Amino acid sequence: MTQHTTPNGFTLDNSGRRIAVDPVTRIEGHLRIEVNVDSANVIRNAVSVGTMWRGLEPILKGRDPRDAWAFVQRICGVCTGVHALASVRAVEDALGIKIPANANTIRNIMHLALYVHDHLVHFYHLHALDWVDVVSALSASPKATSDLQQSISPWPLASVGYFKDVQERVKKLVGSGQLGPFRNGYWGHAAYKLPPEANLMAVAHYIEALNFQREIVKIQAVFGGKNPHPMWLVGGVPSAINMHGSGAAGAPINIERMNLIAAVADKAHTFISQVYIPDLLAIASYYREWFKYGDGLASKNLLAYGEFPSKANDDSDSSLLLPRGAIINGDLTKLHEVDLKDAAQIQEFVPHSWYSYAGNNAGLHPWDGQTELDFRLGDKTRKSGDKIEAFDEDGKYSYVKAPRWKGHAMETGPLARMVIAYAGGNRRVKELVDGTLKKLDLPLTALFSTLGRTAARGLEGLWAAEQLKEEIATLQATIKSGNETTANTEKWAPATWPKEAKGAGFCEAPRGALGHWIRIKDEKIQNYQCVVPTTWNASPRDAQGNIGAYEAALLGVPMANPAKPLEILRVIHSFDPCLACATHVIGPDGGELTVAKIL
Amino acid sequence: MVDKTTFYEVIRQRGISRRDFLGFCAMTATYLGLGPDGAGLLAHAMQTKPRIPVLWLHGLECTCCSESFLRSGHPLATDIVMSMISLDYDDTIMAAAGDQAEAIVADIIRDYRGAYILAVEGNIPLANDGMACIVGGRPFKHQFDEAAKHAKAIIAWGTCATSGCVQAAKPNPTRATPVHKLVQHVPVINVPGCPPIAEVMTGVISYILTYDRMPELDNQLRPKMFYSQRVHDKCYRRAHFDAGQFVERWDDEGARQGWCLYKMGCRGPTTYNACASIGWNEGTSFPVRSGHGCIGCSEEGFWDRGPFYERLPDMHQWGVESNADKVAAVGAAALGVAVTAQVGATLVQRIFNKNQRKPEGQAEHEEPAA
Repeated sequence: MTQHTTPNGFTLDNSGRRIAVDPVTRIEGHLRIEVNVDSANVIRNAVSVGTMWRGLEPILKGRDPRDAWAFVQRICGVCTGVHALASVRAVEDALGIKIPANANTIRNIMHLALYVHDHLVHFYHLHALDWVDVVSALSASPKATSDLQQSISPWPLASVGYFKDVQERVKKLVGSGQLGPFRNGYWGHAAYKLPPEANLMAVAHYIEALNFQREIVKIQAVFGGKNPHPMWLVGGVPSAINMHGSGAAGAPINIERMNLIAAVADKAHTFISQVYIPDLLAIASYYREWFKYGDGLASKNLLAYGEFPSKANDDSDSSLLLPRGAIINGDLTKLHEVDLKDAAQIQEFVPHSWYSYAGNNAGLHPWDGQTELDFRLGDKTRKSGDKIEAFDEDGKYSYVKAPRWKGHAMETGPLARMVIAYAGGNRRVKELVDGTLKKLDLPLTALFSTLGRTAARGLEGLWAAEQLKEEIATLQATIKSGNETTANTEKWAPATWPKEAKGAGFCEAPRGALGHWIRIKDEKIQNYQCVVPTTWNASPRDAQGNIGAYEAALLGVPMANPAKPLEILRVIHSFDPCLACATHVIGPDGGELTVAKIL
Repeated sequence: MVDKTTFYEVIRQRGISRRDFLGFCAMTATYLGLGPDGAGLLAHAMQTKPRIPVLWLHGLECTCCSESFLRSGHPLATDIVMSMISLDYDDTIMAAAGDQAEAIVADIIRDYRGAYILAVEGNIPLANDGMACIVGGRPFKHQFDEAAKHAKAIIAWGTCATSGCVQAAKPNPTRATPVHKLVQHVPVINVPGCPPIAEVMTGVISYILTYDRMPELDNQLRPKMFYSQRVHDKCYRRAHFDAGQFVERWDDEGARQGWCLYKMGCRGPTTYNACASIGWNEGTSFPVRSGHGCIGCSEEGFWDRGPFYERLPDMHQWGVESNADKVAAVGAAALGVAVTAQVGATLVQRIFNKNQRKPEGQAEHEEPAA
């Protein structure tokens, strides 16, 4: 191949200089990106390589389905809880277990707290350094920074003295010669555009946000005992409520605990609305061209499973606060119905993944999924000693499978959720999106871009912080009405289960659409499959050559200096990759995995 | 080597007063249980030592350990990272990527040979020539071997690194191998938990910086200060265990009263960790307080000791109490704890022996790298 056009409409040309970024840092897990740039340093081909495999699902085979949440929760400790939630939903779906209203609300509260936390940490700690030059902050005037801060937000940490202190702290760090996490950063890179005072303000908020994020997760700690990796329960939640009686002080949920989560939710909402959102708008206004770069699949195909049931055990449109649906070929007037149980809709392919399917390369629905490890490198792989210099995208090149919805490569994540909610007429989402576009003087199509993704995540963070307060009020109201039930134990005992059952559990993780599929036989897990957000976004090519969201989004992006791949990081970080999520796999019926070959 | 600034200088330059600095030392010393001289020692250490470089590598893991570390309230993770250590490599938060990131590992090994700390989150897959985890185009094992060989000490963060955790549960398809089995001549500190408690992580680092030595370790290489007592020993629901008051069903009256979760499968009686003492998320809670039993996430092989909701078969074997059906008040202190402590003390002597003989359990089964 030198130049060709993929069935999903992207022109690829791998004749130019090849550049590899490995490790891609500030993500979860291990990812490698390779690109070819043309003579003008514009990206003309992109290759997304998932470079870790943990083999988690064969481990689940034969275990108690009620334990599954704890295993799969360990798929990811960043978006902690999402796999546990999808798992308990899958088991409850399989066994026909209905959860109480309070359990639904508490799960919503835990999940919303994660959205707020995860989006905030992504923006400041995983993404901000793509836009913010830490060293430039040293030359900022604290006075100008204070003026800037006060012009964009009522946030109280805004004095000249405060910014002077922060600047001193950074100055000493840099001056010590031991830069720690800022070592070897791309400081001074031509692609950095913020004035010094905006850089200093952002560095101050990087530190503030790092100190503040630990507050938000206390909500998960109240209901789940710890964060990361709180405790969950099939049939409800473990945290029993005792609001009125004797012994309430030692109960998981009492008035003190309710006050604690309400206070945290208030503080989180303030931080998001007074720090995160104003920073997002301020930074975005200096990088307007990044509302053009990095579209990829965004303006074409978007997928969301929907999230936050307002009514327990009801995932219909009228119950979900963020809708389920698919947008195809950019037609925002039509939301396609998505059914996780329809064998013709969600399928996974492996011709370019390090697995093989028995018999053929057809797509398999997750209930019938197979994963047999097949580690082989393509003929054109370039190696030097023990080091792979370039993978061969014509062969197998990733531990990530290629999931497709009705044959389409899809993008998933906050942008997909916000656009699908917008297209579905969600009033609050429309208000947030339209208001932001107006402030930045941008058309709706600007969302389909690197910064569009980043902005959608921020707006969703604000939406989630608002909704978090609502859900806490709902919990309080339900308790006040006399309902303190948190678990349904009718079908807790395995003896009450059918001999065979299968179920699907949905979840919108912060990074996008997440599905778990389970088969239960004789009280044990017979088969377990997860198709996760990063499997969609980091997808390698399929049998027809359709490229996935990362690869598509990188095309056409110009690089100032290919040796310092800041632009690649911007595009990829806008998706918030989670590779530990993307690369667990399963032995279908628990059969032995084949021994991998290294050629 | 580059000129280095001490922790004290850094925080003074940040505008922190000497009074506040000494207050911080006193608080941290108390928290660490360092005794009456602790605060002075801590202050001295922080005024005289340059920031020690730390390479924080990631193998097969889920990043929950990094996330937990960032939750530390005292000291704050920002203070650790900006002022106490020099966290030169950590793929989760570092600015550099690709070649620029790879170069840091090489530079630190070259410039600080034998003088940096290697922190490892996750484990090393050995199956398929290590190709289940590829970093920089090479098996992670190669990067790990090089960094381990010249480290002053290695901290194995979390159960992945200390005993394999979830990916090493049967049938361990990637042959995920814990750190200590691949290291022979460099001391290893195991800090288990999925993840470990944030303040335990920062406590271990503070201790090493303060005393310039390893904390005392038990026979599983765990710091005794945090891992010598069982969750059950310090559980706020322990009195209900002794009184025979148990949760029998989720959301029953016992659950609402905060009774003991032993019959719901709680692993507190067999789990050595500080959850019930220090608590999670700055003391906000711990699993038992949320109404769910402990799943024993800091214990080796805990994933294969399920189902988690099946109660521990019989408490007799632990030598502390009678079983739940005939609870008798046995006031004796935990026998197991005392034994562990003794073994640990002996091991510590070995670790600080200049000959650095390998401690028990380290590099027994796998080919050592360093």
